[in-house]
Amino acid sequence: MGQILITIFTKDNFLFMMQGLALTIFIAVCSIVLSLILGTVMAMLRHFCTGKLAFLSWLASAYIEFFRCTPNVLWILWIRFTMNGDPLIKAIFAITLFTTAVMAEIVRGGLNGIPKGQFEGAASQGFSFWQTMFYIVLPQTYKSIIPAMLSQVITVIKDTSFLKAVDIAEFMRNCSIVMAPLRTPAEIITLYAFIALTYFVICFALSCTVRFYQKKILIK
Amino acid sequence: MIKDLFDVKRWEAFLKVLPTEYIPGFIMTLKVALAGLLLALVLGVIFGILSTMKIKICQFLSRAYVEFFQNTPLVVQVFFYYNCLPFVIGGRVPKFWLGVIGVGIYHGAYIAEVIRTGIEAVPKGQFDAAYSQGFGYLQTMWYIILPQTMKMILPPLTNQALNLVKNTSVLAMVAGMDLMYHADSWGGDRNFFVQAYLPCALLYFAICFPLARLARYLEIRSKQIPSAKKAKGVA
Repeated sequence: MGQILITIFTKDNFLFMMQGLALTIFIAVCSIVLSLILGTVMAMLRHFCTGKLAFLSWLASAYIEFFRCTPNVLWILWIRFTMNGDPLIKAIFAITLFTTAVMAEIVRGGLNGIPKGQFEGAASQGFSFWQTMFYIVLPQTYKSIIPAMLSQVITVIKDTSFLKAVDIAEFMRNCSIVMAPLRTPAEIITLYAFIALTYFVICFALSCTVRFYQKKILIK
Repeated sequence: MIKDLFDVKRWEAFLKVLPTEYIPGFIMTLKVALAGLLLALVLGVIFGILSTMKIKICQFLSRAYVEFFQNTPLVVQVFFYYNCLPFVIGGRVPKFWLGVIGVGIYHGAYIAEVIRTGIEAVPKGQFDAAYSQGFGYLQTMWYIILPQTMKMILPPLTNQALNLVKNTSVLAMVAGMDLMYHADSWGGDRNFFVQAYLPCALLYFAICFPLARLARYLEIRSKQIPSAKKAKGVA
């Protein structure tokens, strides 16, 4: 067992894999932030555009439905070929593209939960639509969607492993490179255990946070 | 990209490979999705019920299964089966089974959680009443608890089925002969990206969109309070 660990986890290998992990987290954070912003815009379009602007609401719905109903791998592969530019930016763009659709649904769920009285109250105090949004509605929305949002963070961290298909130097791809020269079952299984454990530690910590927040909301 | 979209020659090339590449891929994806869903449902029901039992070891087993498979990426799991199962069975794993085992076990963990929350939402009095009438544990589950949970768990179950169909595309990463793999290999060879990926996206959409609508419909229905049935012939 000790011998196996020494052959796999040399200093170079370990550093290489940790670089991959750093990039995985960087991609996840970038996509989460971008998709949260875009998702909020989408959710607001879908929720508030009525009357003459109803077509905007329809467009947002179409975007959300289309991206929720097509596989993530497809977008990652498609964007790799059809866009020019830095592979890393393309990867972040692809992940943002389908995460936005999910985020929009999460934010919309939060918006639905805001009582109508909040809007009326704000209007009675002379707040404009945007002021109502920024000072009153959105802060409450974000607070109520923290658990769902954190669950989505877990999903995005897991989804970054799809980027192995387009050879971005993220954790799973770097680990596969380390795995390439390994031959015996014991070595390969040990490395898989290490990969799974690393993802597990990160995601499990997050899912514990989700449960903590859910309990906190329930107690209130 | 817009120019490529209206290139007639490329669409003709696509129509030629439609029956030879896309249709078999589509059938493969459907088969994997259906068999995977079946496995996921079986695992989900077993582990969902285990986690509501009073016995500590059952609860622990179920927690361990759910947490481990929910918190590691599907890609890692599928590559693990791809690389490590051959040592066990002494030969290559058929791609169909690779997909079924991969998505089945992964989504089984999610379905177990759905079923657990469903069972926990049924008031405890229902169990007590059933026991008082002499029902055994399995009888209580089958005749009394599970039918009541159905209404609540059907919408999230449908969503899981949708995600399962989407996730079968992970097979493309291990050359799984599914729809995504065929589209990627055909388009990648000839640089016909729009013609390769757009129909592929639409085919997945054709499976997933009805599921999404079904989930929405079931969700609305589950929130309605059932009205009392009127007996016929009673004034």
